[in-house]
Amino acid sequence: MSEALNNNCETCPVHQTTYLKKLGVNMENWDYVLALAGNPNTGKSTVFNALTGLRQHTGNWPGKTVTRAEGGFDYQQKRYKIVDLPGTYSLLSTSTDEEVARDFILFGKPDVTVVVMDATRIERNLNLTLQVLEITDRLVVCLNLMDEAKRHQLQINDRQLSRELGVPVIPASIRRGDGIKELLNAIHEVANGLYICRPHRIVSGSKPLKSAVNQLVEKIENRFPGISNARWVALRLLEGDPRIIEAVKDGELQELIQPAAQSVLT
Amino acid sequence: MKNINTTSEDILTTANRLRWELGENLHDTLTESIYQDAAGISENVVSVKDEKPRFNWDHALDLLLTSRWTGFPIMFIMLAVVFWLTISGANIPSAMISSVLIDSLYPALKDLTVSIGFPWWLSGLLVDGMYLAMAWVIGVMLPPMAIFFPLFTLLEDFGYLPRVAFNLDSLFKRAGAHGKQALTMAMGFGCNAAGVIATRVIDSPRERLIAIITNNFAICNGRWPTQILIASLFIGIMVPPALAGLVSAAAVVGIALLGVFLTFVTSWGLSRTILRGEASTFSLELPPYRPPRIWQTLYTSLIDRTLFVLWRAVVFALPAGAVIWLSANIHIDNLSLAEHFIRFTDPFAVLIGLNGVILLAYVIAIPANEIVIPTILMLTVLSLKVSGIGEGAGVMFELEDYHTYTQLFHAAGWTLLTAVNLMLFSLVHNPCSTTIYTIYKETKSIRWTAVSTFLPLIMGLVLCFLVAQFWRLFVV
Repeated sequence: MSEALNNNCETCPVHQTTYLKKLGVNMENWDYVLALAGNPNTGKSTVFNALTGLRQHTGNWPGKTVTRAEGGFDYQQKRYKIVDLPGTYSLLSTSTDEEVARDFILFGKPDVTVVVMDATRIERNLNLTLQVLEITDRLVVCLNLMDEAKRHQLQINDRQLSRELGVPVIPASIRRGDGIKELLNAIHEVANGLYICRPHRIVSGSKPLKSAVNQLVEKIENRFPGISNARWVALRLLEGDPRIIEAVKDGELQELIQPAAQSVLT
Repeated sequence: MKNINTTSEDILTTANRLRWELGENLHDTLTESIYQDAAGISENVVSVKDEKPRFNWDHALDLLLTSRWTGFPIMFIMLAVVFWLTISGANIPSAMISSVLIDSLYPALKDLTVSIGFPWWLSGLLVDGMYLAMAWVIGVMLPPMAIFFPLFTLLEDFGYLPRVAFNLDSLFKRAGAHGKQALTMAMGFGCNAAGVIATRVIDSPRERLIAIITNNFAICNGRWPTQILIASLFIGIMVPPALAGLVSAAAVVGIALLGVFLTFVTSWGLSRTILRGEASTFSLELPPYRPPRIWQTLYTSLIDRTLFVLWRAVVFALPAGAVIWLSANIHIDNLSLAEHFIRFTDPFAVLIGLNGVILLAYVIAIPANEIVIPTILMLTVLSLKVSGIGEGAGVMFELEDYHTYTQLFHAAGWTLLTAVNLMLFSLVHNPCSTTIYTIYKETKSIRWTAVSTFLPLIMGLVLCFLVAQFWRLFVV
C-alpha cells in the first residue's frame, strides 16, 4: 500500500519539482542541452535564473544578453545544460545577436528549445516562434507574463495555441514562480521523446516559390537523408544566406541530423 | 530513384538558378507570410475582455518622456542628475580609499620593502611605480563607477533607456548612424570599453563601426577628474568665488556636450566617406515600464560591470606604473628619459597650446586616463626641479589644496590656453588601451582598431592647434 503510494508520488510531476536541483554554472556531464530563445523583454533571463539558480542580470533593454549565458540544472535524474540566447525579434536578418541565436538553434543541436513568449504581445512574439519552429521541431513554448496579460484584460486560449503550433504551450508567470513545474515537465517530455511535436509550417506565398522550394527540398533530402528542416534550409538557400550555403558546401548539415535521427528510433 | 547522387554543389547551383528566377522580393514575401500566419494564430487565441481599460500609466509616461517638447529637457535633466550624483557622491569614498591605499598602506609597504632589504630600484619600481598607479586607479575609478553603473542600470531596468534611443534616433539618422548609438554613447560616459561592448546591440556592421569609433567622444569616468580639476583651477578662478563652482561645472558640461556634438559630426563624416551607406531602419520596442529591483540591480551591476571594468583597468595600470617610474629614474647624460622626452617634444607641444609634460603624461597614461593628473604633477615637479613639493622622482602624488596646484602650474608656465587645450585634448585623443584592446576584440580588425585609435588623436591635435593659433591671434 505504502509502496503504491510512493510510486504514485514519484510519477507525479508536482512531486518531481522538489527534485529540481539548481546546479548554477556546474554543467558537467549533461544529458540534454536546452536552448532558451525569445523576444527581448519576455523574461527569458528570469526563466534562466529560475531554473539554474544563477543571477544573470535581467534587464529591460532589448539586446541585453549580447553573448549567450550558460547554466545547469538537474531534473528527474537528468542533467540539463541550459543556454540563454540573445533576445531577438526574428531570425531572418543578419545582426550579430540574431546570428548567435540562429546558429545555436541550428548548429548547437539543442535537444529542446524553449521559446519564451510575452502573453501580452502574442502576435509579435509569434513571428520568432514560427521561425524557430521551422528550424527545430523539439520546442516548448513558455507563455510568460500571464499575470500582466490578466491585468490587461487579455484572455488567452493556451490549449488552442498549443494545437495551432503543434508543441506544448505552458502558461506561466515565472517572476512569481507560477508555471515552473509545468514547464520542467514539458521540457522533460519533449527531451525524452514522450511528447512528439507536430510543428506548424508557415504557408509561403506564390506557386513559383512553392515549386522552387519543393525542387530544392527534394535535392536536400536526397543529399542529407533524415534532415528534419529541409524546407527551411531551402528557403535560406533561396535567400542566399552565406552561413547556410557554407554548411551545405562542407557537409556540416549532415552532422546536425544525428540527434533528430536518434529520437525517431527511440 | 533519380537524383540518387545529388551533391552539395548540385544543390547550390539549383538554388542559385532558382534565386534568379524568383526575383528580388523573396525576403519580403517570406516575412509577409510569417506575419500573416502569426496574425491568424493570434486571432484564434487571444481575446480581449469587454471592459473599459483602466488608466494606462505606460502610455501617459511615454507621452511625457518621448514628447517632442518635453522629451529632450527631461533627458538632459535625468543625465545631469546622474552625473551630478556620480561626481559629488564619489568624492567622499574616493578620499577614503585614497587615505587607506595611499596615505596608510603606501608608506607601510615602502617601509616593508626597505626593512627586508630590497634594493632601492626594486622597491621603487614595485611600490612607487606599480602599486601607486594601481592605488590611483582604484581610488579614482571605483567610487564613480560604483555609483554611475547602478544608476544607469536602474534607468535601464525601469525602461527609460529605450526612450532615450527613441528620442535621439532622428538625430543619429541624420548623421547616417544607428539610433541605438544613443545607448552605447550613454554607456560610454561610464566607460568607453563598456560602451564599445554595448555596440553589439547594433545590427548593421557599418553602423556598429561608426558607434565604436565615435564612442571615445563620450567622456568616460577616468577623464571626468581631469576635466573637473582643470576647470576649477583655471576657469573657476576667473569669476567671483560665489560663481566659481557653477561656472566650472558649466565648463565641464560644455566639454561633454562638445563630445556629443563631435559624435554626430564624426558619425556624419564617416557615413559619407569610409563607411558610406544609408542609416538602417530598426524596430525598437518601447518596453513596458517596470519597477526596478533595487537590490538585485546593485548586486549585479557591481559584479557584472564595476568589478569587471575595474579589474581590466588595474591590469593595464600596473605596467603603466612601472613605465612612469622607469622613465623618471633611468638617466642618460644626467637627464632622465622623461626629461629628454619633455625637452624634445616641448616645441611641438607649445605649437598646439600644450606642453611636453602633458604630451608625455598622455603617452604614459594610455593604459588608464585616471593617472593623467598625478603623472602631470609628478613630471611637472621633475622638470621644474622644484624642491619641497612632491615625493621624489617617479612618484605620483596629489596636492593638498587648489592653491598649491595653481602656484605649481603657473611656475611651470601654464596659461588659460594650456588649461582649455588640456580639457579639449582630454576629450579628443586616442582611447585608453583597455578600450583599444576591446575594440580589437569586438571588430577583430587591426585596421578598424587603428582608425578608432588614430582618428580621434589626429582630430585632437588639429583641434588644439587651431585653438592655439586663434588664441594667439585674437586673445593674447
